[in-house]
Amino acid sequence: MRYLLVEDNIQLAKAVSDRFALEGHAVDHAVSLSEAKEFMALTTYQLILLDIMLPDGDGRSFLRLHRVNKNKTPVIILTARSEVSDRINLLDLGADDYITKPFDFRELEARCRAVLRRQDGLADNTLQIAGTILDTLEGSLKIGDKVERLRNRELRLIEIFFSSPNKIFSKNHLMDRLFSFSEEVSENAIEVYVGRLRKKLEKSDVRIETIRGLGYRFVVEK
Amino acid sequence: MRFTRFTDLITLTFILTGSAFSYEIEDKKFYKGNQNEERLRIISTADITAFEPIIMAFQKEFQDIDIDYVVASSSEIMKAIYIENAKFDLVISSAMDLQTKLANDGLAQTYKSIEVEKLPVWAQWRGQVFGFTQEPAVMVISKQHYGDLPLPKTRDQFVALLRQYPDKFRGRIGTYDVTNSGLGYLFATQDSRNTDSFWRLTDIMGRLKVKLYCCSGDMIREVSNGQLIFAYNVLGSYAQNSLKNFPEIEIVSFDDFSTVMMRTALIPIASQRPDLAGKMIDFLLKLDSRQDLVALSGLQPVTNGNLHEDKKTRPIRLGPGLLVFLDRLRKENFIRNWESSIYQE
Amino acid sequence: MTLIIQTGSIQRRLALQLSIVAGILSFTLFMLIQVVAERAAMDTQDNILKASAASIADALYTENGIVRLELPYSALSMLGTISQDRVFYRVLFKGETLTGYDDLPLQNENSLTNKSKFSTFRYKGEEVRSIMLKRSIGVNGAFSDAVIIVAQTRLGLNLISQKITRTATAIGVVFFLFGTGLSVWAANIALTPLNRIAIAVSRRGPKDLRPVTGTSPLELKPLVDALNSFILRLKSSLLRSEDFISEAAHRVRTPLATVRTQAEVIHRSLNKSKNKTALREMIRAIDESSRSAGQLLDHAMVNFRADQFEVNTVNLPELVRDVCERLSPLAGLKDIVINIQSQESDMSFQGDTILLQNALRNILDNAIKYSPDDSEISVNCFRNEKFVISFQDSGRGFSGIDHTDRFTRGTNVSDVIGSGLGLTIANDVAIAHGGSLFINDSKKGVGSCVSLVLPI
Repeated sequence: MRYLLVEDNIQLAKAVSDRFALEGHAVDHAVSLSEAKEFMALTTYQLILLDIMLPDGDGRSFLRLHRVNKNKTPVIILTARSEVSDRINLLDLGADDYITKPFDFRELEARCRAVLRRQDGLADNTLQIAGTILDTLEGSLKIGDKVERLRNRELRLIEIFFSSPNKIFSKNHLMDRLFSFSEEVSENAIEVYVGRLRKKLEKSDVRIETIRGLGYRFVVEK
Repeated sequence: MRFTRFTDLITLTFILTGSAFSYEIEDKKFYKGNQNEERLRIISTADITAFEPIIMAFQKEFQDIDIDYVVASSSEIMKAIYIENAKFDLVISSAMDLQTKLANDGLAQTYKSIEVEKLPVWAQWRGQVFGFTQEPAVMVISKQHYGDLPLPKTRDQFVALLRQYPDKFRGRIGTYDVTNSGLGYLFATQDSRNTDSFWRLTDIMGRLKVKLYCCSGDMIREVSNGQLIFAYNVLGSYAQNSLKNFPEIEIVSFDDFSTVMMRTALIPIASQRPDLAGKMIDFLLKLDSRQDLVALSGLQPVTNGNLHEDKKTRPIRLGPGLLVFLDRLRKENFIRNWESSIYQE
Repeated sequence: MTLIIQTGSIQRRLALQLSIVAGILSFTLFMLIQVVAERAAMDTQDNILKASAASIADALYTENGIVRLELPYSALSMLGTISQDRVFYRVLFKGETLTGYDDLPLQNENSLTNKSKFSTFRYKGEEVRSIMLKRSIGVNGAFSDAVIIVAQTRLGLNLISQKITRTATAIGVVFFLFGTGLSVWAANIALTPLNRIAIAVSRRGPKDLRPVTGTSPLELKPLVDALNSFILRLKSSLLRSEDFISEAAHRVRTPLATVRTQAEVIHRSLNKSKNKTALREMIRAIDESSRSAGQLLDHAMVNFRADQFEVNTVNLPELVRDVCERLSPLAGLKDIVINIQSQESDMSFQGDTILLQNALRNILDNAIKYSPDDSEISVNCFRNEKFVISFQDSGRGFSGIDHTDRFTRGTNVSDVIGSGLGLTIANDVAIAHGGSLFINDSKKGVGSCVSLVLPI
């Protein structure tokens, strides 16, 4: 996926870009509306993340223009303002969703996923390894003929594995990716989710390997 | 004490007639009640025969009251009340003018009662003079001696009649002597107001040697015994009453007008028992409910109003107008003129 | 400067004052009528006396060098026409009484010319009104004065006087009552424009900050102008407040976002778990501040908005669905499933959309925060006597904590980030709509149920 991030806060923009990169999405960063327009002229994006307060204008005017041009790319607004104070509902203006700063990245990611899910005619979002098909948008695992629905964390966990098979992920890393800072979780929580996945992958040709002291690895069964 | 000219005349009359300085009474009767305590003293022009039934009926209702009834002429009554302040409780007189003068000059007491309230406004004056009868002046003729001659309907016709038959009527007509009858004076003066035929009539009566009387009773008697053919201005009540006793008389009333007088009652200020006088006044005012007494006394009670609807009646109104003919000069003039007509050679 | 406001009704005071005026006028009218009418009555008696004296004077004649009088009947009878008063008269010529009551007193003769003189005095025990008239009579070529006095008591006049007083009193009373009635009516009418403005302004909704228009009487103009100026100032003040709250939100959150981002970056680069833990604590603190700030601002905004309530027709089930959808990503993060059940598809409610949205969002957000992973939140939207939207979760519940305490700031289920404001905000919104918020612990012992109840 290619995302466009329109945000004048450089640090925030870098952090978001990096994070998305980890997930396997490419992010272009524009610092102003005019720059965003330039980017959009050159590239097609699957999603636009738009800060509402930009140096050269209000994100709302961008939204209006976006709709007028009948641009189908979904837009998620990043806003620091009070929701109640916005006299005009952002969603009425044409935004697909919004998130208030400061936000948890995982919430952003979840919202992106939700918004994309609602789109029609997207490119195939499936990953396939050894006959097991993972649909990241739908959140389903297809093994043979059987389709297994995945819960949120399960999905994110298996997505991490699918995107980098044979890589060793430490428990800490996985915890960072799966749980927010506000959640007090023990390392055992990872084991619980790994266990669930293993169960779902029983019939498949792939499995999750425990490497003592190091973490987990996603491998193909020979 | 200052006297009015009127009283000076009276005094003069006394001196000329040689009477003592005291009023003259004609009759007197005492009607005893149950006790001696309550005594009502009445002085009246009505003679006893006429008034007695009323007194008897009154005493039936008020048994405790003695009644002292004195009869006198109207002028004597004036002497008594006006000059001498005689102690009477009730003054009954047919001389409306003299009664009015008594009240006007402050010699009457005010009396209020329910019966008085019921009186029509013209039948009382100042709550001091109360009219209790209505009596017209009528003519009385001797049926036998009058004969077939047509009856005059008006005074003018009467004058014409007298002129036409002087011999028949000479010395055979009678009327009041206005000089000694208060009622007579009243009738005559009212006539002089009501018609200009009055002086012509007086003149012709004078020429025909009219006989003069003090009282209606005398006139009626003389008509009845044939000495008079025609009596002019007789008190109607007496005439009516006399019909049963003197069937030879006939009562005639004229169509041009007939004078109606009211017999009045008055409580003098010198009255010692105005309460008893009041009771009698109330009794007299209820005469219309006592047809028996009306029949016995011949006195017609005051009726409410139809008197004034009859065009030919001339009721004499109570009021200061009646004082006019009591004025010294006026009276002198009138009597002088009257005498010069009545006494002719 | 505080205005000193007098209590009592203007209408009543006005009516009272007008009644007093009516009373004064009535009394004046009464006095006037009495004076005029009595004067007229007196003049009538005087005129009759004059006519009587004149007719007597006319009846004087000379005969053989002597002055004589034929007293006319009408001279005295006319005096009896309007009353039953006693009558006295005296006629003099050259100082000598011709006839009449010779003790009837002469008045000050010298002042007379050919005119008449009226006087009032006591005679024969009563008050009398008399006229003295002079007439020149010629006897044998020489003219001398005849004096005619006619007097009459005043009982008749007194009776008329009493009658006049009674009539005047009656007229005065009627006039007073009528005047008072008119006063009350006039007071009513006069105050109509004031009442109209008062009603128009008081009937306005809280959000109505239009200036007061319409014609107002001259006297009210300063008041209306002042009112409009107040309205204008309030309007701009409110606008400033709104802007301030928005601005505050932005200014607080933006730096927090920066700090958080940096903290996250650093956290990833750290290896030692001790350091990682420290940084996690830091990020948690930032999240807590952010949430607090957000909720404080929300709370302020909700209170602010509640005063300028904007009423729309809200489709409650649709609103509930929107809110749930909006928060489902958050719920999804913890694998919490949100189940929605609506009894009726159409539950229309007259309320402020944004406030209600905010309330529901806060309740659901709360429920998600307190629910454990892999749990279920059931949302129920139904109607019996009232509209009920309930959120049932399987969280810790509120047992052991006094429910009312939840609505004072600060008390909290300890290890979950966030202040207690979420439900306070929802409660405020409920109250603003005439409804209420209920919290019950679940009967199963686990979790709790928060219900927003709105009147129909």
